[in-house]
Amino acid sequence: MRSSSLRQRSRDALLVATAVAAMQGCKREERPFDKEAPAAPAYAAVTLDTLQPGVPRPDVDVVNASDKNAYDLSEGKRLFESWNCSGCHSHGGGGMGPPLMDDEWTYGSDPENIVATIVEGRPNGMPSFRGRITNQQLWQLAAYVRSMAGLTPKAPSPGRDDDMQYKVDEQRTPAMPRRASASRATPPKSTQP
Amino acid sequence: MTWTGSIFDTAGTQAERIARLAWFIIAVSTVVYVLVLAATALATRRARARTARGELADHDPATEQRLGRHVLLATALSTILLLVYVTVTARTGRAIAWPTGAREPLTIEVTGHQWWWEFRYRDSLPSNWLSTSNELHIPVGRPVRVILLSNDVIHSFWIPELHGKQDAIPGHRNTMWLQADRAGVWKARCAEFCGYQHAKMAFDVVAESPGRFNQWYVSQLASAQPPTDTSAKHGEDVFMQRTCIMCHTISGTQAGSRVGPELSHIATRPSIAAGSLPNTRDNLARWILDPQLIKPGVHMPPNKLSPGDMNALLNYLETLK
Repeated sequence: MRSSSLRQRSRDALLVATAVAAMQGCKREERPFDKEAPAAPAYAAVTLDTLQPGVPRPDVDVVNASDKNAYDLSEGKRLFESWNCSGCHSHGGGGMGPPLMDDEWTYGSDPENIVATIVEGRPNGMPSFRGRITNQQLWQLAAYVRSMAGLTPKAPSPGRDDDMQYKVDEQRTPAMPRRASASRATPPKSTQP
Repeated sequence: MTWTGSIFDTAGTQAERIARLAWFIIAVSTVVYVLVLAATALATRRARARTARGELADHDPATEQRLGRHVLLATALSTILLLVYVTVTARTGRAIAWPTGAREPLTIEVTGHQWWWEFRYRDSLPSNWLSTSNELHIPVGRPVRVILLSNDVIHSFWIPELHGKQDAIPGHRNTMWLQADRAGVWKARCAEFCGYQHAKMAFDVVAESPGRFNQWYVSQLASAQPPTDTSAKHGEDVFMQRTCIMCHTISGTQAGSRVGPELSHIATRPSIAAGSLPNTRDNLARWILDPQLIKPGVHMPPNKLSPGDMNALLNYLETLK
């Protein structure tokens, strides 16, 4: 009798413990709307070359919290498209600017390197965005740029495209001729003052 | 800000038809409702009286047949009534699907953004294209073709006094026709949940006489006047050299980004932040300093400007008439 109730109790305890453990999975990701982002000058110690005279400086190791935050990554993606980064980097595939989805990094792949590149600009085309982008947006953009090369965790990385579909299917059914727009609503001349 | 919009306070041809349909359905449904309640009450009273007399419910075939006929009749009546509803609804839908009158329509492209509205007035003359944000002006008595677009998620365009709701869907063009029959100023809202700040995605609608509309149109088409006094000039520098320029347009200047609302004539707008706040100097300062306090999640970042820069910027924005 006593042993069965003990077994029952331990089973209950196990159930509760499992439920509590599972609830951790329900914790909603924090969206840092109004958080003071780490100051951009975290990149100030970034060097473009590993060669240096004398004793080597310790490597700066900046952790970008946005790398693991789905909201920040998707914001980075939105800003990347809004601010026409695609104009040169072409959704990461590269064009006038270097591709960002490969594993070749001219100026470093660490978050602080990317932030430095955005803030300072780089020769032959990359503009300097110093003062034009807030610190938080800088880290969000850096996180998204890294996600294009697969350097951020898979789960939070954005998997949806919001930008314009550049191509329609050639085999699609042609649109039906619109009776109304053809016959009723074609202003032939200027309608505004 | 108070929300007073009502679909029964109609100001347009289409809204008139919709309100008429609504009143018809409400009236007929009310009659049906009262009749059903009366029949239920009658049946209950009869059954109680019978129980009081100690009679049992009779189940003779004649009564069964009579009751069956009643049920059949009620079902047939309901079906006919529902068919009438379908017919009048379809007729109303047809009536509002096309413009009324022969006047040349005005075409406005409406784009829903998280969380503001962009209006582009189209014209066969490209130099007459006009872009505004969160404020829609239309001339009274002229049909307006509204083309609904979205850049991010599904929004819904709703001016209760003028028309029903219609969705703005990314990658799809929806068209609706409006016509204001009297002048007025209304508040319109997004009517489809579209994220954190769906509740603060309103816009101002102004229906005015064609003459006043043209006046407004010409004034909005003009480029922003360059500032003259030193403080406003400094404010312009603040705008052009900081984060503002990344997202906003001020016509006639270097600022030409279409990410956020267009600000060429911000000083003439009744409200800011998509109808969230009245357009006053105080509110503008609060908004610029920390939009996240007023609309958490909005895409505009906080701007920690020094008081001097902020004052200059406000002076500059006040010149944008």
